[in-house]
Formats: sequence, C-alpha cells, structure tokens
Amino acid sequence: MKYILLMSGTQAGVDTYRSWPQKDIQAHFAFLARLNKELQESGEFVATQPLDLPAQARIVRAGKDGAPITDGVFPEAKEFLLGYWIVDVESPQRAYEIAARLSAGPGPGGITLSMPIEVRQMMSNHTEEVL
Amino acid sequence: MPGSTDAAFEHLLRELAPQVLGAVIRRFRDFAAAEDAVQEALLAAALQWPAEGVPGNPRAWLIQVAGRRMTDAIRADLARRRRETAVATELEYLTPAAEIDTGAEQDDTLILLFMCCHPALTPPSAIALTLRAVGGLTTAEIASAFLVPEATMAQRISRAKQSIKSSGVPFRLPTDAERAQRLRAVLHVLYLIFNEGYVASAGEQAQRLDLSREAIRLTRALRDLLPDDGEVAGLLSLMLLTDARRLARTGPDEELIPLTRQDRTKWDQAEIAEGVALITATLSKGSVGAYQLQAAIAAVHDEAPQAEDTDWPQILVLYGLLKRMSDNPMVALNHAVAAAMVHGPSAGLNLLKALDQDGRLAGHHRLDAVRAHLLEMAGQPEAAIVHYRLAAARTSSLPERNYLLTQAARLSD
Repeated sequence: MKYILLMSGTQAGVDTYRSWPQKDIQAHFAFLARLNKELQESGEFVATQPLDLPAQARIVRAGKDGAPITDGVFPEAKEFLLGYWIVDVESPQRAYEIAARLSAGPGPGGITLSMPIEVRQMMSNHTEEVL
Repeated sequence: MPGSTDAAFEHLLRELAPQVLGAVIRRFRDFAAAEDAVQEALLAAALQWPAEGVPGNPRAWLIQVAGRRMTDAIRADLARRRRETAVATELEYLTPAAEIDTGAEQDDTLILLFMCCHPALTPPSAIALTLRAVGGLTTAEIASAFLVPEATMAQRISRAKQSIKSSGVPFRLPTDAERAQRLRAVLHVLYLIFNEGYVASAGEQAQRLDLSREAIRLTRALRDLLPDDGEVAGLLSLMLLTDARRLARTGPDEELIPLTRQDRTKWDQAEIAEGVALITATLSKGSVGAYQLQAAIAAVHDEAPQAEDTDWPQILVLYGLLKRMSDNPMVALNHAVAAAMVHGPSAGLNLLKALDQDGRLAGHHRLDAVRAHLLEMAGQPEAAIVHYRLAAARTSSLPERNYLLTQAARLSD
C-alpha cells in the first residue's frame, strides 16, 4: 500500500531554517539523504519531491471568463506544503514509522525538529468484484 | 510485421527463461547470481536475435551466454577477493559453460516456482521474484506493473533472493511431507498476481503489464507440469472464468459495473467455455478444494445468460461447502449475499450479525458495502445510504469509492 507523507511549514519557519549554522544545515541535509537511501535499499521508496519555498506561492482561481486570478504574498504564519515522500509499505504502522523518522530530523544544535508529518494513504485503481 | 515478430521473440524467451535458469543453477549452485546472469542473457538475446535470427538451439544459446556471464562474475569476484586477501583461489570453479546439464527442464520450472513462492518470503517479494525468475519479465516491466521505480523493484528482488539464500532452501522439489503446504503457497502467489491485474482504469491497463494474463500463463504452465492436481486446475479455471468478464466490468467513464448489471454479450465466451470444461472435468474426479469451489461459483455466474437466470440456490450450496472448508470471513460475507438472494435480505442480514461478532472484518469496507446492499434490498434506503457512505470512506480503491458514493447518491435523489 502506498502512502504520501506530507511535510508542512510556515514562511517564518523557513526563514529561521535559512539562518541555521552551517554544520546544522549540513547535518540536516545528510540526515535526509541517508533516510532516502535507506528507503531505496528497503525497497519502499517511490518518490520524493521538495517544493519551491512559500515566498513564491500563489493561490489561483478561475475568473468568470476562466482566466487565472492569482493571490499571494501570504502571512508568515500560514502553513504551506514544503515537500512530500511517497512510500510503498506493508502496513500503515510502517508508514507512521517512516513519518516519525522524517519528523525526527535534526535542527539547530542537533535538536530534533519534531515537524508534523501528515500521513495519507493513496487511493489505488485496484478493484474487486462489486455487488 | 515487426510487432508480431517481437511478440514471438518475447514469448519464446519467456518460455525458456525458467528452463535456462534451472540449468544454470544446477551447474553453479548459486540462485541469486544465476538469476542475474540469466536476466543478462535474456537481454542479450532480445537485442541480438531480431537482427541475427534465432539460433538453432535457442535454449542452449541462452544457457551458454548465461554460463559465460556466471564465469565472468566469478572471475571478477575471485580477482576482487584476491586483491583483498592476496590468496590464490580455486580456479577449477571456472568450468566451461558447455558442461552445463541441459536436461530436467520441466522439473526445474516447478522447483523454481516452489523456491520463488517460499513461505519465508513476504507476498510482495514472492510476487516480484516469481515474475522475474519464472515469468522471465524484466525488473523494469515488473516495476511499472506495481507503479514503483525500477531501482526500488531491483532492491526488492535482490532482498528476496537474499532471503532465499539465508533460509538455505535447497534447489530441489519439496519433500512429500511439505509438498502440499508449499504448493498452496505457490497457488496463493499466482492468485495474488492475478488479482493485482484487476485495475479499473483503462488508461492504466494500457500502460501496465497485464498481470492477470501473466498469472494465467504461469498457472497454465503449472498445470502442464501437474496435470492431475485438482486445485491447480481449479485455480486456472477460476482465473479464466473471472478474466472472461473483464471487458464488462467497467463502463465508458471507467465506472465499475456490478456483476448483476454487466452487459453479458461482452463476456469472453472462449474463456468461459475453457474454464467451465476444466472445472467440470476436475470436479468429477473428487477431492474438492477451495479454488475448485470458487471456480464452480464463477462458472454458475458465467453460465447465466441474464443476471435473473443465475442459479443462486446452487451458489448458496457451494458457498456453504466453501465456508465449511475455510475460516475466511470473506467467504462468510459472500455466503451471506447468496443467502439473501435465495431466502431474502433478512436471512443475509442475520448472517452478517455473526460476522460483526467475529470482529475480523470490523471496519472493513466490504462488510459495510454488503450491509448497504442488503439493506437496500430490504427496502431500508436510509440505512443503506449510511452504510454505502461508510464503505466509501473506508475503501482505498478509487473506482470502488466512486461506485459506493454513486450508490448512496442514487438512493438519496
């Protein structure tokens, strides 16, 4: 079963992260690279994708003529999707374990960030006979 | 036509794959490395044969190329170890590939199936390994069938081979004592492969390897090897009789169409005829198993020209037998449906009470879906809507969710 693990944060959070000391930033990047490698080796990795930072984010709606109406810049405290991981695992518990690993990424001074990770099962196109 | 030539090459290569692998394992006694070497030989053949023509003895050609790859790999390994430990090593290990025993190919395919479906492996590992080592599929093809990257599938296959190596399964047929249980594991893996092929999206079906067809091909091969086994025949018949309904199962917008409302002119009559003949011949031999009973039920459905003609009393009897044979709550659920069709919805709903108490299906969408269906039959649309929506919230299948929400909406209108 496939799960998507969604990592969110705020513009303010991203700004803080940009001012981390070099060794802490490097430790964080190394942690992510290691985790991705582990998921590849366990045969559970499907995809990961970091997103552009929230400063560039826009909300788009269709106007009456169908043309895009864009909205942005957003308050610093607004939550944004920062990136996602897709994993193919044996059980929901395993997806939660991986999410907890992601959440435990090191922050400044090596202290665990405990970022909230939203875990959602992905719908499949697989079916069985229906009544 | 180049397309059909390619298909013919592919067919030949995939038929030969397990035979070649068996021969190479017999010679080199290393399943994991032999499996890699045979994959390389198959790829080499796929590149060379279309241009240069199929060699006179394609099987011997593949064995020789794979044997050469094995020898190269062993040589490289020895060189590496020599660099590391500076000790001379046993060069007699490098026997020319021509000495590979080319007999016993039938048994080899069977042994490989038993190995790849070994109970030590998790079902996803067994499925991947069976498709590659017995089915002769490439890692890329298997990866695309399961919608994961090729590197991820390669890891799964390599880990599966590692598990086989560490569990020390010998390359021979299981002993008589363990044979029945090991054959059950093989049939279960083939059944899972067949079910994996059940995707509702036509777009997805066009892009993905057809796992249902592949499962049928492998089960046919198994039946050729074990023609007297009733459960092997039963599984093949079940697959044919289920696959026969494939085109009728989805509508133009990829929506699911239930069995009772399918356009039965779209059912594949050739597959039905083959499946019915097979299960009829098998049942007459006695010693009935679970796959045979499921095939018999599928046959009753497939033989009804219209849904109203379905012989539900017969299906109810068959589910009763199946229920006595296996402690599977899904069987009990289908039994309840058949009871409702014969004795009315309240009989079915009564049987669901036992399933509620049993608890194993608690929170399972299918229990809610069946309850909704029976409540609708019983003339309780409000309660049916509640359970259709509950089922929709609990399924992880998108086509099923859409179907269940549509049922709830139909009753609400």
